[in-house]
Amino acid sequence: MLKQKKSKKGVFITLIGVVALLALTVVLENVLDPTKNIMLFTVLKKGAVYALVASSMNLLNGFTGLFSLGQAGFMLLGAYAYAIFTIPNSARENVYYLYGGSAIHFSLPELFGGGAVGLILGVLLALILAGIVAAAVAWLIGLPVLRLKSDYLAIATLGFAEIIRAVFQWDKLGPVTNGANALKSYPTFSSFNIPGGLRLSTAVAFLMAAVCIAIILLLINSSYGRAFKAIREDEVAAEAMGINLAKHKRLSFCISSFFAGVGGGMFAMFANQVQAKTFTTALTYEILLIVVIGGIGSISGSCIASFLYVACSEWWLRFLDEEHFIGTFKLPLMRNGFRMVVFSVIIMIVVLFFRRGIMGDKELPDLFQKRKPKPGAPVGKEGAK
Amino acid sequence: MQYALSIFLSGISLGGQYALIAIGYTLVYGILRLINFAHGDVFMVAGLMMVYLSTALPLWLALPLMLVLTVALGFAIERAAYKPLRSAPRMSVMISAIGVSYLLQNLATYITGGLPKSYPELPFLSDSVVIGGVSTKWVTIVTPFLVIALVFALTQLINHTKVGMAMRAVAKDFETSQLMGIKINSVISMTFVIGSFLAGVGSMLYFSNYPSIVPLSGALPGLRAFVAAVFGGIGSVPGAVVGAFIIGMSESVIKGSPFSIFSDAFTFALLIVILVVKPTGLFGEKVTDKV
Amino acid sequence: MKRKVLAMFLAVALIFALAACTGGNDGDKGASGEKVVRIGVFEPSTGDSGPGGKQEMLGMQYANKETPTVEVGGETYKVELVYADNGSDSAKAPTAAAELVGKDVALVLGSYGSGVSMAGGPVFEENGLAAIGVTCTNPGVTAGNDYYFRICFLDPFQGTVLANFAQEKFSAKKAYLLGELGNDYDQGLLTFFEQAFDGEVVKDSFPTNTSDFSTYLNKAQAEGCDVIFCPVSIAYSTQIVKLAASMGLETPILGSDTLDSNMVLDAAKGSSVKLYVSTFYQEGGAPEFDSGIKAWLAEDSTAMTNNGGNDTIAAVTAMGYDAYYTALEALKAAGSVDKAAVKAALPNVTYTGVSGAIAFDETGDAIRDTAYIKTADTANNVWALEATQTVK
Repeated sequence: MLKQKKSKKGVFITLIGVVALLALTVVLENVLDPTKNIMLFTVLKKGAVYALVASSMNLLNGFTGLFSLGQAGFMLLGAYAYAIFTIPNSARENVYYLYGGSAIHFSLPELFGGGAVGLILGVLLALILAGIVAAAVAWLIGLPVLRLKSDYLAIATLGFAEIIRAVFQWDKLGPVTNGANALKSYPTFSSFNIPGGLRLSTAVAFLMAAVCIAIILLLINSSYGRAFKAIREDEVAAEAMGINLAKHKRLSFCISSFFAGVGGGMFAMFANQVQAKTFTTALTYEILLIVVIGGIGSISGSCIASFLYVACSEWWLRFLDEEHFIGTFKLPLMRNGFRMVVFSVIIMIVVLFFRRGIMGDKELPDLFQKRKPKPGAPVGKEGAK
Repeated sequence: MQYALSIFLSGISLGGQYALIAIGYTLVYGILRLINFAHGDVFMVAGLMMVYLSTALPLWLALPLMLVLTVALGFAIERAAYKPLRSAPRMSVMISAIGVSYLLQNLATYITGGLPKSYPELPFLSDSVVIGGVSTKWVTIVTPFLVIALVFALTQLINHTKVGMAMRAVAKDFETSQLMGIKINSVISMTFVIGSFLAGVGSMLYFSNYPSIVPLSGALPGLRAFVAAVFGGIGSVPGAVVGAFIIGMSESVIKGSPFSIFSDAFTFALLIVILVVKPTGLFGEKVTDKV
Repeated sequence: MKRKVLAMFLAVALIFALAACTGGNDGDKGASGEKVVRIGVFEPSTGDSGPGGKQEMLGMQYANKETPTVEVGGETYKVELVYADNGSDSAKAPTAAAELVGKDVALVLGSYGSGVSMAGGPVFEENGLAAIGVTCTNPGVTAGNDYYFRICFLDPFQGTVLANFAQEKFSAKKAYLLGELGNDYDQGLLTFFEQAFDGEVVKDSFPTNTSDFSTYLNKAQAEGCDVIFCPVSIAYSTQIVKLAASMGLETPILGSDTLDSNMVLDAAKGSSVKLYVSTFYQEGGAPEFDSGIKAWLAEDSTAMTNNGGNDTIAAVTAMGYDAYYTALEALKAAGSVDKAAVKAALPNVTYTGVSGAIAFDETGDAIRDTAYIKTADTANNVWALEATQTVK
C-alpha cells in the first residue's frame, strides 16, 4: 500500500514538472531573441527527440533485458513514413525530381483540409503511422530474431537495420523512397510557429516527446512492465512464474520500435530532411551511449542524458574545435576534431567509473523520497547481479 | 573467364584478410563472451601507425615496430577498458567496447585531420602480377598462404602449449579454471595480444591491397569479420577462418552481380539465416542454459 | 546519497546552463573597437567530404588574408570568418547551421557537398540568413529555398557535359557508372549522365566505407565498357584511381568536380591511367591568383597540409576564393551588414572572379554555361586542360 502511495505522489510530481517545463519552453521561446539563442532551441529540440528514442531503447534494453541494436533502422522507417505521407503534393515533383514525381499522390495535412487543423491532424496521424510501420516491421523481424540470446540478438538486429537501410537506398524504389536523394519540404517543428504570433516549435517537440515518454512510463508501471522486468532479471524464473516469454518479448520489441518510429518521424521534423545514410549504426551507438550515461533502467535518466549529450556534443564543447589564443600564446591541441576526442574520453570515463550512469535505475521522483538506507545494506552497488 | 578469375582472386584475398581479423573476435569472444567492437578500429589504427612510422623509419624497422605497437594497443585497451569491468554485466563491457571504438575513431580523425592517408608501398607485396590475364598484386596471392600458415601456428599454440591449454580451459569455464590456479588476467591479455598481432598482420595485407586509410576504414571490415566469426561458430578458430573465406567469397560474387548494392545486406542476411537455423554457427559448440 | 546529490546537481546544472548560455552571444565589436562583419563558413572539415571542404575553405582564407576589410556604407569593416563544421553529415548540419545563425553572421558561404547544404538550408531560410553555395551542385539546394544562392554549375549540366564528352572524345557506346550507395551527389550525377548518354550503361553502387573496388573495375572491363564514370568523393576516388593504376586499366575514367583534387592526381602519378574530370577552374586561368595562393601555401604549413601536401590548386579552392569576393560584393551592394539587407541585395550581385563571371538567375543559381575538362598528366603530375565544354 505504502509503495502505491509513493508512486502516486511520484506521478503527481512528474506531471507538475512536465507541465512546468512545457510552460517554460513556451515562455523562453517567446521572450528570448530567437536568432541569438538559436543554439539553445536547436539543442532543446534535438534533445527532446533523442530523449524519446533513448527511452524507447531503454524500454527494450534496460527494462526487458533484450539487447537490440536496431534502433537506427526503426528510426529510418519512421522518418521515411512520416516524410512520405506529409510532403505537400505541390512539392512532390521538386523533391522527386530524379524520378519524375512520386508514386504516392496524397499528403496527410492536405487530406485534412490544410491550414492549422490539417497540419496538426496530418502530422499527428503521420507520426502514428510512422510508429505503426516501424512496429509492423519489428513484428516481422521479431519472428526469427527474438529467439536469439543477448549478443546474437544484438548483432542480428544490427544486421537488420543495415538491410533496411540498403533497401531504402535502392534506386528501383525511387518513386517511393526517393533513392539516395533526401526527402524534404514536409512540415517540420518550425511549421508550428504561428507567423507573427506565438513561437511554438520547441514546445511542440517537448509535448510530443513528453506524451510518448509518459505512455512508456505507464506501460513500465503496468503488469506488462513488471513482466518485462521479470524477464530481464531471470528468463527461466519468469517463465516458471507463468509469463509467456515469446509474447512479452515480442510486445516489448514492437512497442519499443513503435516509439523509435515516432522518434524517427520527429527526427525528420528536426533535421528538415530525411536521407537513409543518416541512420547508420553510429546513430544506434549514440542512442545506446545516452541510455548508458543516463542509467540503464531509468527513463528520467535517459531524458536527462539526452539533453546533456546533445548539448555537450553539439554546443558546449564546440569551442574545443577552434584555435584559441591567450595573448599570443596558442593553446595546444585545440583544433578541428578535438571536441569529439574530449567527448569520447568523457564517455569512456562515465562507462568505466560511473557504470550505473547518472540515475542508476532510479527515476527522478525517487530522489525526492526520504528513504534512509538500512545500516549495513549495500548502497549504490551492483546488488543482485 | 578472366572476370570469374578476378572475382575469385578478390574473394580469396578478402576472405584471408577477414580471417585474420575474425580470429581476434573469435578468441576474445570464446574467453570473455565479449564482442570486441573496438577490434576493427585496432586494425585501422595499425594501418595508420604504419603510415606514420614508415615516413620516419625504414620499412624493415617500421613493420615490426607497427606490430609491436598494435599488440601494445590491444593489451592496453584490455587493461584499461575491459579489465575494470570483469564483474560487471556483459552489456556494460560491450558498451565499453563501443566507447573504445568511438574513441579510436575520433582520435584518428583528430590526428589525420580527416584526410585519407596513403599506405606505404611494401616491396614485393605491392608489386603487380598477371595471372591468367588478370592483373593483381602479389599480396592477393600471398594472403591465403600466409593466413593458413598463421592459423596453423595458432592452432599448434592452442593445442600443444601450456598457454594454449590455459586458454582452452578459461574458454570452457571461466570460474573453475580460476580455481584451478590459472592466472585469468594473463590468459586474457594473451588473447588480446594474439588478436591484435593478427589484426596488425591483417592490416598490412589489407591496406597493401586497398591503400587508403580513413578513420572509418576499420568499421566495415571489422563488422564483416565479426559476421564471419559468428558464421563459422564463434569461439572456434577454424570456424572463423572458414567463415571468413565464405563471407569474402560471397561478397565478391555479389559485387560482381547486378545486385551489387545489396552486398552488405546479403552478408547480414546470411548471418541472420545462420543464426536462426544453427545459432552456434558452422563449427560452434552447443551451449546449454544453466539455471 | 552521493549519487542523489550528483543527479540533482546535474539536473540543476543542466537547467541553469541552458538558461545561462542564452545571453552570452554579444561580441560584435572587435577587440580594438573597430567594426567587424562576420561571414559564416558552413563547411565540412571532418567526414567523407572533409578533404574537399578544407580545400574550399583555403580559398576563403586566402581571400580573407588578401582582402581583410570591406567598405560598407562608407565605413570600413573588418571581415571575420566564422566556422562551423557540418561534419559531412546531414544529421549534424542543422545544428552547425544554427550555430552560424546564433553567431550573428551577415551571410553564409558553403557547403562543399549538397546533402549538408540541403539539411542546413531550411535553418538559414527560417532565420532570414542568405547563403551562397560554393560547390554544392545538386538542384535541390536552391530549389524551393529563396535564401540559398550558388556560384557553381548544376549536376544536370555537369552530367550532360561529361556524357557528351564521353561520346565525342571516345565515341563511347557503353559506359560503366559507379557511385556510392545512398549518396545523393553521386547518384544524381549518375542519373543525369545516364539520361544524356546515348548508349548502354551498366550502373553499380558500392556501400559506404568500401575499400575493395577491384571487382567493380574488373566488371567494367569484363562488360566491355568504353568509359568508367565515377563521380565519388575524394576518399573513394583516390582508391579507385590507385587501383586502376596498379591494374594498368586502359578504360578512361571520367570524374566530376570532386575528383579535381591533387590527392587524386597523386594517386595517378606515374601510371598509365587515363583520367578526365570536369571542373570549375583550370590552373593558369588567373595567373595572379595562382601565384599569390601558391606563395601563401608555401608560407603556411597548416594550409599546405590541408591542401594535401602540395601546391596544386583545386578548383574548389578557386571557387571558395570567388565566393568570398561575391560575399563582399553583396555586402557592398547592401550598404549594410544586416542580414536582411544582404539577402535583398544578393540576387542582383554580379562579380567576375577567377572562375568566370558570376550572376544569379531567379532560382538563385549561377548563370554558367561552361565547364572545363581536365586530364591528368601522370608523367608530370599536373592537370592539363583537355576541352572547354558548353551545353545550350
